[in-house]
Amino acid sequence: MVLRWLQRIGVYFLVLLGLSILVFVIARVIPGDPARQALGPRVSEETVQALREKLNLDKPLFTQYVLWFKGAIRLDLGDSLLTRRPVIEDVRRYLPATLEIVLLSAVFMAAGGILFGIVATKYTGKWQDALIRVLSYLGIVSPPFVWAVLFMLLFGYIIPVLPTTGRIAQSVAAPTRMITGMYTVDYLLTGNLAGWWDAFKHLLLPSIALMLGGMAQAARLTRSNMVENSMKDYIQAQQAYGVPEKKLLYKYLLKPSLIPTISILALDIAAVFGNAFLVENLFNYPGLSRYGLSAMLNKDINAISGVVMVFGLIFILVNILSDMVVAWLDPRVRLMGGADV
Amino acid sequence: MSVRSRAAPDVRMAPRPKRDWGDEAKRLWYKFSLNKASVIGLCIVLFVLVLAVFQPWLAPYPHHVGAVVDFANANRPPCKEYWMGTDTVGRDIMSRIFYAYRGAFTLGLGVLLATVPLGSILGLVAGYWKERWFSTVIMRVTDVFLALPPMILALCVCAIMRPTLFNSMMAMCVAWWPWYTRLTYGMATSLRNEMYVKSAELLGASKSHIIFKELLPNCYGSILTKMTLDMGWVILTGATLSFVGLGEQPPTPALGNMVSEGAKYLPAQWWISIFPALAIMVIVLGFNLMGDGIKDMLSGEA
Amino acid sequence: MSVAADSFVVQIKDLHVEYKTYAGMVKVLNGVNFHVDAGEKVAIVGETGCGKTTTVKSILRILPRNSRIPKGEVLFKGENVLKMTPAQVRILRGSGVSMIFQDPTMSLNPVFTIGEQMMEVIRNSGSPGAEKREVQQELAVMALRETAMPDPERIMLSYPFQLSGGMRQRVCIAMSLSTPRDMVIADEPTTNLDVTIQDQVLKLLKERVESKHSSLILITHSLGVARETSDRIYVMYAGNMVETAPTKELFGEQLHPYTQALMRCIPRLSGGGVAEGIPGRIPNYLTPPEGCRFAPRCPHAMERCRSEKPEFIACGNGHMVACFLYDEKGGC
Repeated sequence: MVLRWLQRIGVYFLVLLGLSILVFVIARVIPGDPARQALGPRVSEETVQALREKLNLDKPLFTQYVLWFKGAIRLDLGDSLLTRRPVIEDVRRYLPATLEIVLLSAVFMAAGGILFGIVATKYTGKWQDALIRVLSYLGIVSPPFVWAVLFMLLFGYIIPVLPTTGRIAQSVAAPTRMITGMYTVDYLLTGNLAGWWDAFKHLLLPSIALMLGGMAQAARLTRSNMVENSMKDYIQAQQAYGVPEKKLLYKYLLKPSLIPTISILALDIAAVFGNAFLVENLFNYPGLSRYGLSAMLNKDINAISGVVMVFGLIFILVNILSDMVVAWLDPRVRLMGGADV
Repeated sequence: MSVRSRAAPDVRMAPRPKRDWGDEAKRLWYKFSLNKASVIGLCIVLFVLVLAVFQPWLAPYPHHVGAVVDFANANRPPCKEYWMGTDTVGRDIMSRIFYAYRGAFTLGLGVLLATVPLGSILGLVAGYWKERWFSTVIMRVTDVFLALPPMILALCVCAIMRPTLFNSMMAMCVAWWPWYTRLTYGMATSLRNEMYVKSAELLGASKSHIIFKELLPNCYGSILTKMTLDMGWVILTGATLSFVGLGEQPPTPALGNMVSEGAKYLPAQWWISIFPALAIMVIVLGFNLMGDGIKDMLSGEA
Repeated sequence: MSVAADSFVVQIKDLHVEYKTYAGMVKVLNGVNFHVDAGEKVAIVGETGCGKTTTVKSILRILPRNSRIPKGEVLFKGENVLKMTPAQVRILRGSGVSMIFQDPTMSLNPVFTIGEQMMEVIRNSGSPGAEKREVQQELAVMALRETAMPDPERIMLSYPFQLSGGMRQRVCIAMSLSTPRDMVIADEPTTNLDVTIQDQVLKLLKERVESKHSSLILITHSLGVARETSDRIYVMYAGNMVETAPTKELFGEQLHPYTQALMRCIPRLSGGGVAEGIPGRIPNYLTPPEGCRFAPRCPHAMERCRSEKPEFIACGNGHMVACFLYDEKGGC
C-alpha cells in the first residue's frame, strides 16, 4: 500500500524532472536574443554581454540547464528580465491571487457539476433533464474568454452589480497583514468582513467564467454514469430490497458513479489554470497567470520557466489529490491498486 | 475508459466474416440518425464547412477579409445590408467570420492529421510491447507532456515563435499527440490479450500485421469519436490562442482575434465581438453534438 | 382447481407488459396467468427472452422505466401490487418478497462492504428491532453463518470484488433470507457460476428456503435444475404460460407441443445421438402472431390456433395447459 503510493509519487517526480527539461528547452530555443530584448536597443553591447553572462546564455545548453536546475532545487529560479525581481519572489506575490480564483472555481465546478448531474438523473427524460443538457452544451462549447467578455458587457455596463476589474475596490484597503496572500482568507483572519466581501465579489466573475465549461462536463459525466449505473443489477437489487429512493440515489447510486467524475474534475481544474492566463488578463486581475502571459509575450525566459514549473507542480499535486479521493471512494483501487470492473 | 470490442467470447476465434460495407454503412447511419441532436450537429458542421469553402461566392463582401477600409459604413449595427454589422473600419463582420472559419477548419484538420496517426501508433506500439524498455520511455515522455494543461503548453510554444496560423498549429500539435498515445496505449494493453490477437501470433503473423490489422482496426471507433470531439477543442484552443494575439494576425480575420478586437468596443458596438463569439460556439457545438452521436453509434448493442 | 384464491402468496392474472423501444412497442407479456402457494417452490422454465424475468420483476414493481402495463393484475397476498402506495411497496420489498439476481458479480454494489449492504437490507425489513445497528449486525452475521460461510465477521468487512462468484451468490442468498420472507425469487441463480459449484448453491438455496418456510420462484432455462429444485413447474413461451404441472407429473407426461419439443431437446446419455432442436424461431415481439404465439412452429397447429389465444384448462392432478388440442377433445 504505502509502497505503491511512494512508487506513484516517485513517478510524478520523474515527470516533474522531464517537465523541467521540456520547459527549459522550449524557453531557450527562442529565436532572437532575450538579453537584448530585455534591455532594449539603446543599451551598449557591453551591458548586454554582461547580462548574457549573468543569465549564463553564453554557455552551452546543457551547462545552462544544470546551472538552472541547481538553482531551482534551492528555489532560485533566476531573475525576471521584466520586473527585475527574483522570479520566486514574483511567484510568491502573484500565486496566491491565482490560487484563490482557481480554488473557488474548483469548488463551484465540483459542487455544481455533481449537483446538476444528480438533478438531471433524478428527472431523467423530464424538462429539468433537457434544460440541464442544453445548458451543459452551452457551457462546454463556450471558451472561458467568451464568458469573460460577456460578463464584462453584462456586469460592466448593463447591470453593474459585480466588479469586473482588479482584486479589491480602490476604496478598500488591502489586508493589514499578509498571512496566506489570499485576500479572502487574510481578511477573514484579520477580522475585516467588509474587506472579505469586497474581495470575494472580485473573485466571483473570473472564477465563474473559468468554471462553467468544467462544471458542464462534470454534470454530463455524472448524469451519464448515474443513468448507466441505475440500470445495473446491484441498484435494481437494492431497489428490490426496499431501500428508500432518496438513500438509493444519494448513497448507493452516487458513490460508484462519482469515481469517473473525480478524474475528469482533476483535468478540468488543470484546464482552469490554462484558461486563467486569458481570464485574469481580461479582468485585469493581478495573478500569476497574467504575470505568466506577459512573460510569454515578452520572452522573459526565467519567468516563463518558473511559472510553468509552478503550474506543473500544482497540476501534479491536483492529480495526487484526485488519486487519493478516487482511492477513498473506490475500494478496488484502494485495496488492489486498480479498478477493472 | 477503453471501449472494448463487444464480440461474445465464443466468436472471437472465428475468422472475421466478410463485411458488406454498404449494409454496414446503412446500419451505422440508422443508429447515428436515431439521435436527432447528432444529425443537427452534422448539419451544422456541413453548413459551416460549405460557408468556409465557398466564402468567396457566399459571403456578401468577400474582399473584406483584408485591409479594406470603408469609413462611410463603419460601425454599422446589424442591418439589411450587413446582417452582422460592420467593424470600426467598415468591414462586413459576416464575410470575415466565413473566412475565419476557413482558418478554424485548417487548424483543426491540420493538428489532428498531424498528431493522430503519430500519437495512436506510438500508443499501440507501447501498449503491445508493454514490458519492453521503449514502452516505458514512450509512456514517461507522454506523461511529461500530459503534466501541463494543453493550453499552457500551446501558449508556451506559441509564444516563442512568430505568431502565424501555421505556428499556432505547430504549438497545438506539441500539446495534442500525447492524448492519443494514452488512448491507444490503454486499448492495446487490453486488446493484446484477446484471443484473436493470440491466435494471430500463434499463426506467425508479423508484428506489423498485428499492430495495423489486428489492433488498429479495433481502435478506429474510439479514435474517430475522440477526433470528432477534438475538432471542436482544437478550434476552441486555436481561437483562444488567437485571442491573445498568438495566431493569425490582423487584418486577416480569425475567430479569436475578432473577439479580442471587438471587446475593445463593448458595449456600444457589441456586434463586433458578440457575433464572432457566437460563431465559435456554433462550430464547437456542431462537432460536440456530432461526436456524441458517433459515440452512441459505435458503442451499444444491435 | 379448487384452491381458495387467498391462499396464494402471489397470483398474476392476465398480465400484459410492453416495452417502448426505438423500433416500436414490444409486447413482451401477452396475458400471463400464474400463481404460487404458501411454502411452494415453483420453477419457471423457458427460452432466453420469453419474459420470465419480466414476469417476476412485475411482482416487485422493478420493471424498467420504458415499460407499460396496459392490462392485468399482480396480487401479493390478495393485494394488487400495481395499485399499491409507495409505503405499501416499501413493506412488500422490505419484508414480503426478495430477489436473487442472475449474475452475482453484478448484483452487489462494488463500493460498499457486504456488511453495509446486508445491514441496509435488514434495516428496511421492518423486523422488530431492525433499526438498531447491533440487531442488524447480529442478524447479518447469523444469516451468513446459516449459508455455511466461513468466518462471517470477516466477510462482513469484505468488498464484493474480494469474494469469488460462488461466495457472492451465497451472500445474495443470505441477504434474501436474513429476515423472514413470504417469498424468494431467484433469477437463474447458478447460470453464471462454475459447473462444480452450481449444484452446491442450488442445494443451499433450496435448504434455506425450506427452513425459513418461504415460497420460491426459480427462473431457469434448464429442465434439469427445475426438476431438482421445484415442486411445480411453469413452462413459458413467448410471453405466455403454456403449461403447468407438479414436477413429477410434468416429467411423466407433457401436454403442450412446446413442452414436448423442449423435453426432446434434453441430451440423453442413453438413446441415440444428438438432441433435437425446435424448428423455427421465437416470434418477433413487435408484431407477434395473433392467437397462439407457438402456432407458427407447432406441428399440430390448426386454423383456430392462428386467430384465437388459448387459455389454461385444468386436466386433473394440478396439470393445466393452454392449447386447443385438448379443448377440442373435451379434456385431456
